[in-house]
Amino acid sequence: MSPLERYLIVAALLFGIGLAGALTRRNAILVLAGIELMLTAVNLNLIAFGRYGGHAAPAAGQVFVLFVIAVAAAETAVGLALIIAWFRHRRTVQLDEADELRG
Amino acid sequence: MVELLEQAPLKVGQWWIARVPEAWQPVAGACLGAALIVAVFAGLFALTTWLERKGLARIQNRPGPNRVGPCGLLQPAADGLKMLIKEDIRPREADRWVHTLAPLLKVVPVICALGVIPFGRHLVALNLDAGLVFFFAMGSVTEVALFMAGWGSHNKYSLLGAMRAIAQLISYEVPLALAALTAVLVAGSLSLPEIVDSQAGAYPGGLARWHVFTPWGLAGLVLFFTATTAKANRAPFDLPEGESEIIAGHLVEYSGFKYALFFLGEYLLLFGYSAVGITLFLGGWRAPFVWLEWVPSYVWFALKLLVCIAWFIWLRGTVPRLRADQLMHFAWKFLLPLGLLANGSALLWQASADWAFPGATWVRWGLAGGLVLVPYQILGRALMGGAAALPRRYRFAE
Amino acid sequence: METAFHLLAAGVLVAAVAAMSLRHLVHCALCLVAVFAAAAGLFLTLGAEFLAFAQVLVYVGAISILIVFAMLLTRTRAVDMASLSVRPRVLGVTAAGAVAGFVIAAVLTSGALPEKAAAAPAVPVRDLGRELMTQQVPALLAVGLLLTAALLGAVVLALREPPAAPSGKEPRA
Repeated sequence: MSPLERYLIVAALLFGIGLAGALTRRNAILVLAGIELMLTAVNLNLIAFGRYGGHAAPAAGQVFVLFVIAVAAAETAVGLALIIAWFRHRRTVQLDEADELRG
Repeated sequence: MVELLEQAPLKVGQWWIARVPEAWQPVAGACLGAALIVAVFAGLFALTTWLERKGLARIQNRPGPNRVGPCGLLQPAADGLKMLIKEDIRPREADRWVHTLAPLLKVVPVICALGVIPFGRHLVALNLDAGLVFFFAMGSVTEVALFMAGWGSHNKYSLLGAMRAIAQLISYEVPLALAALTAVLVAGSLSLPEIVDSQAGAYPGGLARWHVFTPWGLAGLVLFFTATTAKANRAPFDLPEGESEIIAGHLVEYSGFKYALFFLGEYLLLFGYSAVGITLFLGGWRAPFVWLEWVPSYVWFALKLLVCIAWFIWLRGTVPRLRADQLMHFAWKFLLPLGLLANGSALLWQASADWAFPGATWVRWGLAGGLVLVPYQILGRALMGGAAALPRRYRFAE
Repeated sequence: METAFHLLAAGVLVAAVAAMSLRHLVHCALCLVAVFAAAAGLFLTLGAEFLAFAQVLVYVGAISILIVFAMLLTRTRAVDMASLSVRPRVLGVTAAGAVAGFVIAAVLTSGALPEKAAAAPAVPVRDLGRELMTQQVPALLAVGLLLTAALLGAVVLALREPPAAPSGKEPRA
C-alpha cells in the first residue's frame, strides 16, 4: 500500500465516522461536530494529494485547504448561532423536536 | 573574545552532542534544547515572582518579602515548597480526568511555543518557516485548558469565570495577530529569525533599525503589548483572577501543585509573548546602537526581556482593574480598528520605501504616522462617552 | 515517520469514534479537540507545516471553543450534560459505513494513483502566499466577503431582542 493510499484510507474512515455521527446523534451541536470531522477528512485528502500526487501545482492543494478551513469556521459560527437562536425559541436542541414545519 | 562569547553556547552544545553516539544525536540535540529552555525559563519564573512581590510592595510603599534570605531572595524557594506540600484537593463531583489534565494542557503548549523564539544569533531551537503561526497556535490551545479547568471543577462560579476568561482571551487574540502582522508585512516572512534579520543595519548615527523606530512599529508595539497584557490575564485585565471580584475564577477549586502549574503556565505565557514582541518590534537579539554590538546577543535579549517584565510589574502596581464590559469594548471598538490602521500604515511604509525625492522621509513619517495617530485621537475621544479626565489629586501618607 | 503516521492515524480514528459516540456532551467536545490535534499532526507528517499550525489555531483554538460555548449556552438541566439516548443507530452507521467502504474500495482498486512516493515538494509559506495573492485572489476576496457576512449573520442571529417596552435608552450600553 503506497503512502498516498494509506492517507486516503484514513481520510475515508474519518469521513465515515463523521457521517455516522451526523446521522445518528440527536443533539444539533454534535451534528455540526460530525460535519467538522467530515471537513477535516476532506482537508487530509487534499493535502495527501498535494504531497503525493502529480507536482503540477504543489501549493494548490494547501491553498484549497486554507479556503476549506475558513469556510468551515464561518459555517460553524453561523450554524451555532442558528442553534442558539432556536434554543431561545424552543428551549431544546434535540433535532427530533424541531418539527414545526412538518407536513 | 567577542566572537568567542557569542559562539560559546553553540560550541558547548555541539561538544555535548558530539559525545553522544551517532544515531542518537538529533534526539540529544532536541532534548538539550528543550531542557535548557525549561530550566532557564523556570529560573526566570522564580526570579519574576520575587521581583513582582518586591516591586509591587515598593510601589505600594511597603517593604515586601525580606525575611527569607537576603532581601527576600529565597522567597520563591519558600513559595515553591509551600505549593508542593499543600494538600491536593479535588471536588468529589469533579470530573477526574478533565480536572487533572487542565494544568498540563496549559503548561505543555506554552513550553512548546517557547521553542521557536530566537534567543541569540545562533540560539533558536526550532527554525520553522511559519514560526509565528506556530506560536499563536500554541497560545490558543491554552484556551481549551482554561475551559477544562472551569468546567472540570464542577462549580458554577468557576464555570462563569472560565467563560469570561475565554471571552477575554479570544477577544484580544485579534488585535494581537493584527499587531504582529505589521512586522510580518514589512519583514516579508513568518519565520522569527528572519524577522530579526530584517531589523539589521543602522540609521546614520548608530541607532539600530528596529521596527519600533517607525510609526507603524511603535503603534504595533503598543498594540501588541496591550493585547499581551490581556492575553496573560495581567492587570489591568486580570478580571479572571481578581481576588476581590470572583475569588480565583476558573482556578478556585485548584490547590497545591496543580495551582502552581497554572501559575507557571501563566508566567511562561507572559514571557513567551514578551519575547515574541521583542523579536517583532524591539530587534530581538540585536543591540540598540552599533557601537554596543560587542555585547553577546543573548545578553541583549535577556536585558530586553527583563525590561518587559519590569514594565508589566509596574503596570500591575499602577493601573486599576477594568470591568468585563469595558474590557470587551476596549478590544473590539478601539484596538481592532487601530490594529487595521497600523497594518495600513505598515503597507504605506513598505510601498513608499523607494521614494527618493527631497523630504521623502518626512512625508513617509507624516503619512504613516498620521494614519495611526489621527484616528487614535478621534476614536479615543469618541469612545470616552463625554467623560473628561478629572484633575489629579495627590494624597500622600503622613 | 512510519510510527508517527500509525500513532496519529490510530489517535485520530479512536478520538473520532469517541467524539461521536460518548453520551456526555463535554467529553464529546474534548475528544473532538483531540481529533483536530491529531489531524494537525497528520498534516505535519505530510509536510504541510503552515496548514498544521492553522488547523490548530482555527479548529482547536476557535471552533472547539465555539462548540463548547454553544453546549454551555443550550443546557436544559443545570448540571447534567448527558445527551439523551441516540436514535436507532443501525441505519446511520450502515449508511456511513457504505460510503466509507465505497471510497476505500475505489482507492484500493484505482490504477490512477501514483505508485511510488516521490520526493516531498517543498512548499514554503512564501509560495503559499504568492499563490494566494496572484492566482487565487478572486477566491481570497470571496472568502473575505463570506467571512464578513458570516460574522454579521452570526451576530444578528444570536442577538437578544430588547424587552417588550423599549424605553428611550438601549438596555445594553
